[in-house]
Amino acid sequence: MTDETNDKDGKKDDALRGKKNARWREDFPVEWERDNYVTRREMVKFLALGSFTIAGANAVVAAIPHVVKASESPRTKVALASSIPVGGSKLFAYPTEEDPCILIRQPNGDLVAYSQVCTHLSCAVVHSEKENALFCPCHHGYFTAGEGRPYAGPPSRPLPRIKLEQQGNEIFAIGVEV
Amino acid sequence: MNGADQLEFFIDHSRCIGCRACMQACEECDTHRGVSMIHLETISRADSVQTAPQVCMHCEDPICAQVCPADAIKKTADGIVQSSLKPRCIGCSNCVLACPFGVPKYKAEINQMMKCDMCYDRTSIGKRPMCATVCPSGALAFTTRENIERTRQGMAIRDWQFGGETVRTKINVLVPRHVQKIDVAFEQGGATGTDEYDVATLLLGD
Repeated sequence: MTDETNDKDGKKDDALRGKKNARWREDFPVEWERDNYVTRREMVKFLALGSFTIAGANAVVAAIPHVVKASESPRTKVALASSIPVGGSKLFAYPTEEDPCILIRQPNGDLVAYSQVCTHLSCAVVHSEKENALFCPCHHGYFTAGEGRPYAGPPSRPLPRIKLEQQGNEIFAIGVEV
Repeated sequence: MNGADQLEFFIDHSRCIGCRACMQACEECDTHRGVSMIHLETISRADSVQTAPQVCMHCEDPICAQVCPADAIKKTADGIVQSSLKPRCIGCSNCVLACPFGVPKYKAEINQMMKCDMCYDRTSIGKRPMCATVCPSGALAFTTRENIERTRQGMAIRDWQFGGETVRTKINVLVPRHVQKIDVAFEQGGATGTDEYDVATLLLGD
């Protein structure tokens, strides 16, 4: 082999080596570890952008009630106060015809109303005068008549309460308190 | 049982009886059920019944990974060149063309390249690859170098010469004792290899 061909081969080898060590290869390494390596800067970028995103999302969620007006609850006449004796109850629908509710007069004379849909599996609750409670016959769930709070059986969430307003002898439902 | 890092893969082509048990075992694997990652090549089929199993050789400098434009082929620290990463592979077949052993295969149904990863789920915990567990003639063996040297006549080497390119693989092949390096002369432009046992010529005799 002559010197000339040696030189040529040498140059070729250098060129090949140069290609194999090209700078772009650093960004696309063949080794698994280097490919999965996360630099400190990348980590900090991720944390910072992630924090901003979460903070921004929170701000948007917090702003929604200020921007979007909640639809007005209808005002519906439910019953005449005189028609419900102490310990008595009356069924009605509020806010739509599809939402059954129950109005009860407690032993102290106060009127309270709740959604009639049990918070366990949506059976209809009934008023139990003897225990002064709302009773769900499906799985023997009990809610207090005063607050709608579950105290026995499977339900774990309280019944949505219906806000009432009395004008003279007439009782109106004016909103739902979840 | 020996540690996983002491075990090596050995191919003894002369022992292959062409039973295709390795292909069946490979197909059983849940990660690529029904598709065999090991290929069985026939050698000079008109004259011979000789076959040769071809698993991925796991090159030290994997050319398939070097040519991948999508950065989809990666080599793990233990020297295993993994199959293409599904989210990255663009199905360009560069690796299929570049691999000197013809290992990567492009699967059009999933538009992805799939190749042998030496049963990484098994070998990384010291179990033998599926093909090596079933090979009845010992053509595929996953064992220690010491064990191979003690039980086989040939010598295990892992250096290859493809034209001007030298390739060192993780997988060993058993060759006669005087061979130091497997020299594969590519047949180009209709010229035939001068060596009667040239691998490329023998494959073309198919």
